[in-house]
Formats: sequence, C-alpha cells, structure tokens
Amino acid sequence: MKAYDKVLAARAGGRPTAASFIEGIFTDFIEMHGDRRYADDPAVIAGIARLNGRPVTVIGIERGATLEERMRRNFGSAHPEGYRKALRQMRLAEKFRRPVVCLVDTSGAACDIGAEERGEGQAIAENLTTMMGLRVPIVSVVIGEGGSGGALALAVADEVWMLENAVYSVISPEGAASILWKDAGAADRASECLKLTAHDLRRMEVVEHVFRERDGWPRVYDNLRAALWKALGHYAGMGEEALLAHRYEKFRKIGRMGEA
Amino acid sequence: MILEKQRGGLSTGRSISKTLFRKPRNALEGGERAAAEAVAPNVPDRLMEACPGCKAMIFADQLAQNAGICPNCGLHHRIGPARRIALIADPGSYHAVNEDFTEPNHLGFPGYDEKLRRARAASGAAEGVATGFARVEGCPCALYVMDPAFMMGSMGTAVGEKITRLFEAATARRLPVVGFTVSGGARMQEGILSLMQMAKTSGAVRRHGDAGLLYIAVLTDPTTGGVTASFAMEADITLAEPGALVAFAGPRVIEQTTHQKLPEGFQRAEFLLEHGFVDLIVDRRSQRATIARLLRLHGEEAWT
Repeated sequence: MKAYDKVLAARAGGRPTAASFIEGIFTDFIEMHGDRRYADDPAVIAGIARLNGRPVTVIGIERGATLEERMRRNFGSAHPEGYRKALRQMRLAEKFRRPVVCLVDTSGAACDIGAEERGEGQAIAENLTTMMGLRVPIVSVVIGEGGSGGALALAVADEVWMLENAVYSVISPEGAASILWKDAGAADRASECLKLTAHDLRRMEVVEHVFRERDGWPRVYDNLRAALWKALGHYAGMGEEALLAHRYEKFRKIGRMGEA
Repeated sequence: MILEKQRGGLSTGRSISKTLFRKPRNALEGGERAAAEAVAPNVPDRLMEACPGCKAMIFADQLAQNAGICPNCGLHHRIGPARRIALIADPGSYHAVNEDFTEPNHLGFPGYDEKLRRARAASGAAEGVATGFARVEGCPCALYVMDPAFMMGSMGTAVGEKITRLFEAATARRLPVVGFTVSGGARMQEGILSLMQMAKTSGAVRRHGDAGLLYIAVLTDPTTGGVTASFAMEADITLAEPGALVAFAGPRVIEQTTHQKLPEGFQRAEFLLEHGFVDLIVDRRSQRATIARLLRLHGEEAWT
C-alpha cells in the first residue's frame, strides 16, 4: 500500500475507534468524566479498566462511529479540557500505582477560537512534561491517525506502538502539500515525503512495535492484550528511577546524528 | 514622527511596488513625489523601512537604537539572536555553545537542503536557535534565543537537540534558563522527528524543573505550533512582548477551518494575559531589568 492509501485507510469510516479497542482488549471499563477545570470533552474517553484482571487507566481519543456521534465528539479533535481530563486520570493512575494505556486516533487537536482561548498549546505542553515524569508505566498505541501535537499529547510513553495501517505525522499530508506546493491535492506526494507509515516510524525507531491488521480485529485485540500484559509487567518491575530514565532516553536519542 | 511620514517616499526598493500605483491616503504621503523619489538612485538598501504596524517610514538606525521598537507606534519588530543577546546579556558575558551544530536531512525531504542553505545565508547562523551562557545584571544563566530569520524559528532535530543540551547543561551547572521563543512551529521537512523534539525538549525542561531550577520564557512574535505546545509554555514564569502573536493553531488556519471571524486582538500577548496564560507583558526595553529582578528573587536572596 502506498503511504497515502494508508492515510485514507487510517481515516476510513468502518475502522474501529478507541471505544471498540477498549471493549476488545479490556474488561470492566468504567468511564470517568471531566477535567475539573472547565468541562467534559467528548473527544477523549478515559477511565479505569482491567487488563487480564488487573486495574489499568485507559485513555483514548474517540472519533465516534456514526456521523451523529462524530459531530458530538468533534471528529476526535480534542479541546484543552480533553487533554486536561487525560492528565487528571494519569495523575490518579500515578497515585494508585496503575499503568496507563493511551489509544491515539486524531487528525489533530481542536482548531477553533475556544481551543485557543483555553490554551490548547499549554494543555498539550503540560501533558508532555507530566508524562515525562509520571512514575507508572505508560504504553501508547496509535490505532488510526496520529495527528501532530494533538496525538503526541497522549504519546509520551515507555513504548509507542502502531497498527500496520495507522499513520503518525507532524502535519497532515494535505496541510504539508498546501504549504509546500500550494496544492492540497498533492497530498499523495506529501505522504511519501513525510514518512508517516508505521513501518517508516519503526525504521526510524520512533515506535517499538507494529501490529498486523490482516488477521481481523478480534485477533488484533488479542495481540494487543498479550503485548500490553507483557510490556506493562516488564516496566512495572523496573523500578521508578530506571523507568523514568528509560522513557527520557527513548525520546532523548531521536534526531541526534549531528556534529559536535 | 512627521519627519518620517513626510519622507515616506524616500524608501527602500522593496516598497516601490506597494506605493507606485496607489493613490496617497493623505497629503503627507505625497504620491507622485514618493514615486519619483522611490526610483531615485543612490539610496542605500534598508536605510529606512516601513513599520508593519503603523506604516510609517522609520530610519533603520533609529529603529536599531530603540531596541527594534517602532518609535511611532511601539510595535516590537522581530529581531535576531545577536541583537537580542546584546539587549539582555551583560556586555561580553555571552558564550555560545554548540554554535555550529547541525543535523542532516534525515528524511531526504525534497528541497530541504536548498531551504537550509538559504536560511543559513539569510540568518548567518547554522541553525534556528542560539544557545549559550550569559550574565544578566551579574546573574548567571543559560540563555536560548530563537531566530526568526532561520525558517521562522521552526523546530527540527537540531533546534530540539540544542535546546535539550542547554537545559541539561543548565541542570548540571545548577543555572536558571532564560529563553526567547519565536517559531512557526515544528519543521515539517523533518517529519515525525521534529514532532518528537517536542517530547525531547519537554523531558529536559522537566528534569531542570525537578532539580528546583528556574525557567523564564519570553514569548515573542510569533510563537506558534509545536513550540507553543512544548517548551514555550512550560516555564515557571512566562513573559511576553507587547502585541506578540502566541498561538497553537495560527489565526489563518483557524479562520479557514471554522469560517469564523476572529475577535480583535485574538491570540496576541494581551489576549493570553487576559486568559491566564502569561504572567507579565514586558516592553523590550525593560526586559533586562525585569529578568534580572526575577533571577535575583530566585537566587541568593531566596529562603533556604
């Protein structure tokens, strides 16, 4: 598949969204609402669930399955209150010593007057610094589209995984094409240049695992459950200082080929 | 200021096309005379420039002597690291680190090498941020200054690495960090690697903060995108220059996405102050004194 076909596949209507992944991987999910600052953002779902019986905090960006739901959830573009809801749940996870699993699927953070008034940039930035120091294991999975800062705000983790048809990029291919060549129609070409497919990111060591989709979604959920169980167990047993050092180094090493 | 307006026609080559076929707005503009003088020979390049804020013609050296602030309307013009450091640091106290640091075209992105070459020629710098150590009224600090002339201060791997190294060095030497941001956001020619610099720099800021050290950010025009959503908004004390655009998504993008008319002053420093995202707006001419005061309040005068 060409890069832009993957972009289209990641956005495709029938593709399962975060809620389906939560249902498929975990049991006993209980959703928590609100950021205690401003509002409850329907673009982010967060709560506590069980992974093979043990409690974990689960946070997902939810696009919605039907058109009506998509509109209610702002098509999975979170406002600052969405990132602050996630932040609140992550702090609770730290307090109660349970790992965090994030499911990322967004074309990008919300882009409107309200988002800017309430500090979208600050909300994302606070998630980055908080996740860098969060004393419990974090695994993030890009299940569909990983759109720029709005995706990264839930993807500072000990490991970042992607599904094989997911994409993760600094800018949408349409956005890049319109800035670079004044032609949003050149998204095809921009997709190739941006190197945004799961396999590109694996090659650049930005993600640790790529999960096959071709065996069907139930199999994907099983594979993710098994991999999460193994990884979270590993990181939970590492000791807090080693965990934080490992997370720091994971990002510290990216793009360090320069001179001097 | 009347003088500058009267001399409006004595302009640089750049403004010829703007004024040549336009009816003068008022008597002071002197349309025909302006057009005639504009093409007159022997006018040195950049002797005068039009202020983007009030459109008045300002002598370049007058602007320079006024810290790059328009003497007519107070607009803070964009300035580069060299000018910035001269305004903030004690004379001779600045020592650059990683000055020649660069990163390769990791993605082999088409046209990027040429863009970098042009940015280096335009800015005279190897990359989009200057980092180093300095003293401000005697107070030692680590200092970073982003460069608007280098691809509008966009953050790629080299900028991310330099900022990260500075915070790490400041942590090791137990120094506060003072940083001046100006950025169009993440550098898209470096794809996902530039996005990851947001996480990388945030990690270094966090460690510096965990060590109990002070970080002061000064947001200047424009600070947007991935830089706003990372180290620009992670400071203990956030200052901003008057009128600076500070945004995650820029106004044009929001207008195109929402088809809404944006309110007056939207995303300007004063708007951010009003909404609680900036501590203080500081005129460029008093930044040195304000920063020194803040550094002293967190220095040896602090309670132990």
